Amino acid sequence: MTKPLLKLSNLNKSFGALKATDDVSLTLLPGEIHALIGPNGAGKSTLIKQIAGGLRSNSGTVEFDGRDVTPLGTVARARAGLGRTFQISSLAMEYTVLQNAVLGALGQDGGVMRFFRPVMKNKALVDRAMAALVRVGLKDQATKRTADLSHGQRRLLEVAVALTLEPKVFLMDEPMAGLGASGSKRLTGFLDSLRAQAPILLVEHDMDAVFALADRISVLVYGRVIATGTADEIRRDPTVREAYLGAEDAA
Amino acid sequence: MARETLLNIVLFALLPVTALAALVLDEPFIITLVTKAAILALAGVGLNIALGLGGLVSFGHAAFFGLGGYAMGVLASHAQSYTPIMESPFLIEGTKSMLVIWGVAIVTSGLAALAIGALSLRTTGVYFIMITLAFGQMLYYFAISWPAYGGEDGLSIYIRNDFPGLNTLDPIQFFAIAFSVLAIVLFIASRLAKSPFGLALSAARQNAERVETVGITPLRLRLVAFVISGAITGLAGALFADLNRFVSPTMFSWHTSGEIMVFVILGGVGRLFGPVAGAALYILLEHVLGGLSDFWHIYLGLLLLLVVLFARGGLIGTIAGREVAHD
Repeated sequence: MTKPLLKLSNLNKSFGALKATDDVSLTLLPGEIHALIGPNGAGKSTLIKQIAGGLRSNSGTVEFDGRDVTPLGTVARARAGLGRTFQISSLAMEYTVLQNAVLGALGQDGGVMRFFRPVMKNKALVDRAMAALVRVGLKDQATKRTADLSHGQRRLLEVAVALTLEPKVFLMDEPMAGLGASGSKRLTGFLDSLRAQAPILLVEHDMDAVFALADRISVLVYGRVIATGTADEIRRDPTVREAYLGAEDAA
Repeated sequence: MARETLLNIVLFALLPVTALAALVLDEPFIITLVTKAAILALAGVGLNIALGLGGLVSFGHAAFFGLGGYAMGVLASHAQSYTPIMESPFLIEGTKSMLVIWGVAIVTSGLAALAIGALSLRTTGVYFIMITLAFGQMLYYFAISWPAYGGEDGLSIYIRNDFPGLNTLDPIQFFAIAFSVLAIVLFIASRLAKSPFGLALSAARQNAERVETVGITPLRLRLVAFVISGAITGLAGALFADLNRFVSPTMFSWHTSGEIMVFVILGGVGRLFGPVAGAALYILLEHVLGGLSDFWHIYLGLLLLLVVLFARGGLIGTIAGREVAHD
């Protein structure tokens, strides 16, 4: 049996009386795409923050690559190899597309306390950044200001920055949002090929993408995982149909 | 060539050209004014690293300016009175060597920035502004109430400090020193902005979450930036005290912090030559308008208001347009 790269055990998080995360346990295995779905307000974003390190859990543990990272913050978890993309693009808007990617490469490289040589003339960093942009199809936008990108292009840049980190695990919060049908299809193809590089925990609303990509799906409702299984199992699961798919997928 | 580069060259040449013209016309007072502009610009270049690159609105940079000034005052006053600063456990004597004084000013203000930064960078926004202001005022009142070095009256230094091979009392030669220091620091600042550190620091200003997500701690970047910033402003303080041959607690006061910030905002926040443009304009206004009315600050205030409301990029931004992302 393969060891999971990411293992959540009995995670809890409450905001006052509201249980945003209720005893969540799940694993991410090497080579898989594990999709996390659930209706709005199910606590997906809260859970993502708990995994990435931005939000402290009330109880439970997050293990990453066999190591307990529960007490670590965002920076330490990123350095440990967690590549995250945001639901709402979180980029340096004044920078060019390439500069944002170079920032990622710089973070991976770790040599940020260098004060004299121009970073954009550092061939190793720029090459790595450019390679990531080529992979997501943003090569032609490299010199554009990030603020001038379309919404969908920003989502792709998020993915590109995560690529430059060469992470052991991808944590993607709705990468398809705002991409449109064709863009969404392209990114689906790309993520499909990405799982060989590192497994992906994918939060996504686009059900076509989820069912096309996910090896396993977990369904989150009111902060609780009500089911985990393959696409077919989830489709057939009566509690899931009732709680979540029922409204839009009754047929 | 980019318009901003051209503008920078003009601004850079403006100071020595004015100084040399004043030399030819035998107007030593003008040379002194230009020297003052160069030194105040240097203080602004320091602040601009924290404020422009790092987005750290420090309202306490007078602390570093004053420390630099007092580093000069203390060392030179002991040298001119032939009394050691301390005798036990080991002997420390004063000095009239400008280079040594600069070193002491840089180290002292850098260390102060490390301490002040370590405490205040845990806060953001208005709290950061207030806490840096508080540190500046603490040093101000400390300087006022410490009689050993003149207290409220400050310290007079009779002869300007020595620089190897130059007569520092000659206005044009002292200008050359101040301008050279400014030029070197501008070069360092331009490299810093484009370095890996500069990229990450500026990214942390734009979006701290992004920087954390790639595994870089914003706080460390900001602290280092604050130290570099404070050290440069401290160096400017030492030069400023030397220019006036006088140090007083005023250098520590919040007015001074405000003035340094005004240079940066007038010229253009985050622009390499912003503080140079700002300080030159400030000195020009002080000279021209100050001759017309004692209340010339009213016009300065009006100008500042216009810049903040309509020309966010300051003088440089208005002429050269939006900053081009470097690549």
